[in-house]
Amino acid sequence: MPFDALLGNYLAVFLATIVGFGLIATALIAARLLAPFSKEENKRTSYECGMTPIGSTRAQFSFRYYIFAILFIIFDVEAVFLFPWAVTLVDASKTAFWEMIVFIGVLGAGLAYAWKKGVLQWNRE
Amino acid sequence: MTMLLDLITGYWWDARDLSNMTRPLYEFLRDQGVSDAGIFVISALLGTLAIISFVGAVAIINIWVERRVVGRMQSRLGPNRLGPFGLLQPIADAIKLMQKEVLQPASAPGWIYTVAPIAFTVPGIAILAVIPWGRNMVLANLDVGLLYILGLSSLAVLSVFMAGYSSNNKYSLFGAMRVIAMLVSYEIPIVAGLLGIVLFAGSMNLQEIVLFQEEHWAFMIMLQPLAFLIYFFSISAELNRTPADIAEAESEIVGGYHTEYSGMKFGLFYAAELINAVAVSAIIATLFLGGWWTYKLDEFIPGWMLLIGKIYGVYFIFVWTRGTLPRFRIDQLLAFAWKWLTPMALINVIVVAAEVLLWNETGWSDWFWIPAIIAINTALCVGLIVFFVKVFAPKFQRFPTRPRFYPGIDVPSLPAVTPPDFARKGGPA
Repeated sequence: MPFDALLGNYLAVFLATIVGFGLIATALIAARLLAPFSKEENKRTSYECGMTPIGSTRAQFSFRYYIFAILFIIFDVEAVFLFPWAVTLVDASKTAFWEMIVFIGVLGAGLAYAWKKGVLQWNRE
Repeated sequence: MTMLLDLITGYWWDARDLSNMTRPLYEFLRDQGVSDAGIFVISALLGTLAIISFVGAVAIINIWVERRVVGRMQSRLGPNRLGPFGLLQPIADAIKLMQKEVLQPASAPGWIYTVAPIAFTVPGIAILAVIPWGRNMVLANLDVGLLYILGLSSLAVLSVFMAGYSSNNKYSLFGAMRVIAMLVSYEIPIVAGLLGIVLFAGSMNLQEIVLFQEEHWAFMIMLQPLAFLIYFFSISAELNRTPADIAEAESEIVGGYHTEYSGMKFGLFYAAELINAVAVSAIIATLFLGGWWTYKLDEFIPGWMLLIGKIYGVYFIFVWTRGTLPRFRIDQLLAFAWKWLTPMALINVIVVAAEVLLWNETGWSDWFWIPAIIAINTALCVGLIVFFVKVFAPKFQRFPTRPRFYPGIDVPSLPAVTPPDFARKGGPA
């Protein structure tokens, strides 16, 4: 029976992941067997900072986290295009090189625009 | 010497290549009529067990290494009570962690709380599965190895956010949000920095990247010094280690995302940080430092030993930065990622692509191109860093502390009594 080497490599990765889960499960189960276990209610209160927690834990956040997340998505999509280009650059025509320079240039212009607008500034004076 | 080599070459006790040890087993299995798939599964299981035992040993040993080295850097002794040089300390730690009660707060009842430490630990182990340990010692020789590594290492964002969000705790949530902002920002320089390597090697297969370095007789760190620096800074931020540990800054937000964890679940977070640090050191050693290949040295010393040596060399640098640098603020970290590393990495990609194209078009020999590329890229690295420091570094206002050296500046005299030393010399104090 011919055996697909590509499939085999992913099988090895899968096995490593399964055995990794097994290692962690062993540690957790050993802790479950060895550690004491009590049902006292006071032990199940939230630690937070040592005091009794005040108010809701769903706090509000600075909107800058959101802006950085949007910037990240723009740039991470770029990676999807860049990796296949990098692998096949030598075989592809020279046009591919110039096209990618234009693509990176557009991205760089976007970064420069965000920079000028002060988006990259965490604490605005 | 040759007699000695003849004595071991090709036999199962030839430890220079661990695949020699398992070959008799495969031959035995084939004689028994086991199919190729069965043999592959058995060999994959053996390799997995080897990697898992490496991970377990490393997690135990590195606790000791890290505490001793940081202790020495801070003029302390570190653990030195249990066993010789305190070597048994990590085992005592592990036993203690296993015996501690695992408390789960009533306000954090979800299963995500339990899954988070597991999801944080597994990627580190899975990354080590694709690292090539020798010419014939690769557990999983993936064609998209680099992409696989990038994908797995960005899983840390998810698991940290799972831990922070499900803990139902303000400080955990703060830590989780900080981690997301930071890791998401450093993801881009990492991807753009590693593109240079893919461009040179023309492949994302880790074994082929090592073979490229062997073929051209140069470590990738020489061809890509800028990419190495970018990757090193970015990945030390992704590891949440001390120069960039805003996620678990004890003095600001209690314990960050793992405040509510105790017992073995906390232990998993702790172990995962060590395992991830080793996995990242292995990636750096493979991509930039030649992996198992080291200029003919791998003919005398087994390649996997060289790789472990390199891993610990890189790991020492990680511990060194941890012992040396203070914690950065979040605005400094994000500005560094977006304003410095990202533009540098994009420029680096364009320059490398041009070099690779020229190398291919001209058809001149490697003896011209390799030194030329090393020279160009080193100059690019130094030039870009100097340029960015000159243009974008914040201008610090330096106040004179020794007035005698600044005759032009009029420093008002202190209300206290003038020291006799100054009065005698008649200085500007």
